[in-house]
Order: sequence, then structure tokens, then C-alpha cells
Amino acid sequence: MGEYLLLFRGGQDGGTDHFSEKWQQHMHRWMIWMAELQKKGQFLSAQPLRHEGRQVSGPEKTIKEGPFMEGNEKVSGYLLCNADNFDEAVELAMGCPVLEFESGKVEVREIQELKV
Amino acid sequence: MDNINEISSQLFRRESGKMISILTRIFGTENLDTAEDVVQQTFIEAIQTWKIKGLPENPAGWLFLVAKNKAIDIIRKNRHSVLYDFSNDERNLLKSEYTLASTMDNLWKEDLIADDQLRMMFACCHPEIAKENQITLILKTLCGFTTAEIAKAFLSSEDTVSKRLYRTKEFFRKARIALKIPSVEELKSRTGTLLTAIYLLFNEGYYSSGNKKLIRKELIEEAMLLCKLLTENEHTQLPEVFALMALICFHSARNDSRTSPEGEIILLPYQDRSKWDQSLIREGSHYMDKASFGNALTSYHIEAAIAYEHCIAKSYAETNWKLILDYYQWICLFYPSPITELNKVVALMQVHGARAALLAMEEIKDRKKLESYYLYHSILGEIHAQSGDRSAAGIYYARGIELAPSEIEKKIIREKMEGLKME
Repeated sequence: MGEYLLLFRGGQDGGTDHFSEKWQQHMHRWMIWMAELQKKGQFLSAQPLRHEGRQVSGPEKTIKEGPFMEGNEKVSGYLLCNADNFDEAVELAMGCPVLEFESGKVEVREIQELKV
Repeated sequence: MDNINEISSQLFRRESGKMISILTRIFGTENLDTAEDVVQQTFIEAIQTWKIKGLPENPAGWLFLVAKNKAIDIIRKNRHSVLYDFSNDERNLLKSEYTLASTMDNLWKEDLIADDQLRMMFACCHPEIAKENQITLILKTLCGFTTAEIAKAFLSSEDTVSKRLYRTKEFFRKARIALKIPSVEELKSRTGTLLTAIYLLFNEGYYSSGNKKLIRKELIEEAMLLCKLLTENEHTQLPEVFALMALICFHSARNDSRTSPEGEIILLPYQDRSKWDQSLIREGSHYMDKASFGNALTSYHIEAAIAYEHCIAKSYAETNWKLILDYYQWICLFYPSPITELNKVVALMQVHGARAALLAMEEIKDRKKLESYYLYHSILGEIHAQSGDRSAAGIYYARGIELAPSEIEKKIIREKMEGLKME
């Protein structure tokens, strides 16, 4: 059993009409997917992210205004969940509605326990 | 628009209980104050907006939408606050923006409201909450009564009512009572607690004297609405629920004939029976039919049967007193109390006369408990009057007048006393 971070890239488009039927249905599928995780006790947290971003880098702490990546490579949201192993986490990721878009990607990463 | 205030106070009475039930499901019983604040703010906004823009097409829908959006704001601000626990069930999904809107939409669906109200009722009637506090909380949260209105209904001070509400909310905060429909094993006894509260609420409206007629009528209506809610919900469709509903219908059918235009009590023998509401009597009979399944025979069943006999009798004299006496004997057997014994004596006097009634009166166990009850003395006065002992009757009537709680009731006995002299 471990904690996994699912990073979403691409997918929803900034210009989407949030009142359109199509969008509502899309969000409904997010609901179904996450409610299923919640029911199995695996859901921990999830949030979508805004497009704009800033980046602070290096010891110089230089600040760069976003977008600093190709549109489709940008992280558009995350979900933190429990899974028995990597395979199960990947299995869960397959249900993610971000994959309904050609540009959609889910990166599955396991939380690392740092030795103390 | 002057009538906006009037309309919104009517809407408050009708819709606030539903909104509180839904909001409490979102924020938890420990945050009942938050739910009440949201409803309060929503109505303030409604009055301000409607005064300028006029009444919307669907005012209740407007209120629900505004309250929902206010709740969303609170969730966004308090996602990680220790004050709110969004960790269980679907509430966990309120924390994520991916699912917040859809989860909220689901929680506010029209067809779930009845269950929310039922859950809220079960929470208000938690066995560890004192009876009078249960009723106070029900009136405040589910029936949209203000603290002042509750105080008026119970003839107590606003301060007392506020303290009761505070104590009950404090209990909710500490015990974190879950909003749920009790398990099958618990359901019968927990529903019994709801029925007791509704019964008390109804009695408060029906029997309390020296009280404003309007507020009493509202108590009766609220008791009826709450009981109806139980008859319509599959979880609580028990025989005793239908029996209490029948009882409420039969009693309410006679309500308008029980007071004169001046607000004075008219006793059963002198009521204008043509004023009795036949459609309510029919409705009561319909509930009575539904109450007679299974092998449950509760005091509500018997009391409803007695009330029904009164409803269908052509006159006081033509009432089937024999049957009513049988019913009272059952009640005394299964649910003995000095008060029911006293009621039995009244029926007994009609069937077997004053002498038998006097004997029965002397046999009442715990008769001492009735000594401070004005009706006990008034009935004894009647018994003696009927058996021709005027001086004894006069003494009992005098004691009854002394003990009667209100001017109206004193007057009724005084008239009986006057009657002694005329004979």
C-alpha cells in the first residue's frame, strides 16, 4: 500500500464554455470517477490548476512568468490517492476523464518515503 | 413592494427547514449555526434583491440557488479548517474543485429533501436530548419558527428558549451526532421518540389555553406536516405513525368549533357539530385504515379510535359511550396513568351513571396525583351534581376554579356552579 500522485497534463481547454452540456457531462464523469475512489476509501485529495503560472528557479531565485511550457505539457491538475501498488495506481489512472482529450496525459508517481 | 416582507416570511416558514436540513448534511450537526447563518443571509439578500427587482418566477428555487452558492463559498474558505469535517462519505468530494459543483447539485436535489428532513428530525429527537429541548429545536430548525414565536407558543420567555437552543446545539457540537436514518433495529424506538415529540407539539397547540389562537393553529399545522412527512417516508411507515396522523386529523377536524369568535373555549357537549371538517374526518379514517396492519396496538390507535367515535356521533348524548368506555378501559390497562383513569370516569358516568363514576373515581390508584389538577375537582363536582349532592358539588367546583390555570377555564366551571343554583 502506498500513496500515489496522479499529475494531469493537457485536457481541458481554457476557452471551454463551462455552461455547455458537453462540459457538464465531462465534469459529471470526473464526479463518477472520483466518487468511485472515495467509495473504495482511496481518495485523498484533488484539485485542478489555473493556466497561468510563475516559476522560481535556482539559488538566484529568478522568477519567470508562465506559460513556461508547451500548452499540452503543462500540469493541469492533480489527484492524490492510495493504491496497493504501482499497477493498481496505473489502473486507476486509466479511468481519469482527462484522457478523453487527445492531449490528455496522466503521470503516475509514487510518494517517496525519505529515510530518517 | 410592501408585500415582499410578508411573502418572504411565509417562504421562510415553508422553505427554511428544508434548507437547514440540506445545509446541516453538508456542514454537520456540530455546525448547525453555520447552516442557520446561511439561511438567514439568504433571506436578507432575497428581501433586498426582490424589493428592487421584484419577485422572481420561482422564489423557492431562487432561495435554494443563493443558499447553495453561499455554502460553496464557505466550503472553499474552510476546506482545510478544523471546524468542518468533510472527511466522510460524499462530503470528501466537496473539497475538490473537480467534484464540488456536481456534489453540491446532487445534495440539493428535490427528491432527496424529504430524507434530509427526516434525518434532521431524528437528530433533533436524539434520545439524549430532553423532550422540551427536542420540540424547541424542531420548531426552530425544521418549522422556521423564530425564538420569539417559540416563546409565545410555550408561554415562556425568549431567554429560556435561547438557553434551550444553546444547550442542544452545545450537545450537537460535543457529541457530533451523525445525520442518518437509524438502523432497522433502532428504527421503531427512534420513530417512537419522533412521535412523542410530534404528539407533544400537537397537544401544545390543541390544549394549551390562554394562548394566542393564531400561534396555536400554527403548532397544530406544523405537527400535522411533520407527521405527514413520516407517513410518506418508506423508512417510517409504521402502524403507530398512521395512528397518530389519524388522531391529529380527527382532533383538528373539530378545532374550529372549540372556540367562540371571542376566543372562549366551547366544550364538546356544546360544540356546533356542523362546523366539523368532514374532509379531515375522512382523511383521518383513511389513515386509520392504514394504521391497522401488523399487530401493533398503541395508545395512538386507541386515542384515535375514541376521537373517531366523537367525530361521527350526531350529538353528545348519541355518542357511542359504551364503545368509548371500552377503549378507555384498554388504555388504562396498557398505559395506566391517573389522567387516563380520569378520562375513563367521564365515559363511565355517561354509560353507568354518577354513582358508578364516583366508585370508579375512588378506586383510582395514585389519586393523590390528581389533587392539584383542576379538572379532577370539576369532574367530581359534576358527579356530585348529578347524584343530587349540591353542597358537595359546590365545594369541588370552588376548588376547581381555584386551581384552573386560565380565566377561560375558571369561567367554564363558574358557569357549572351557577347551574347548581338554578336547579
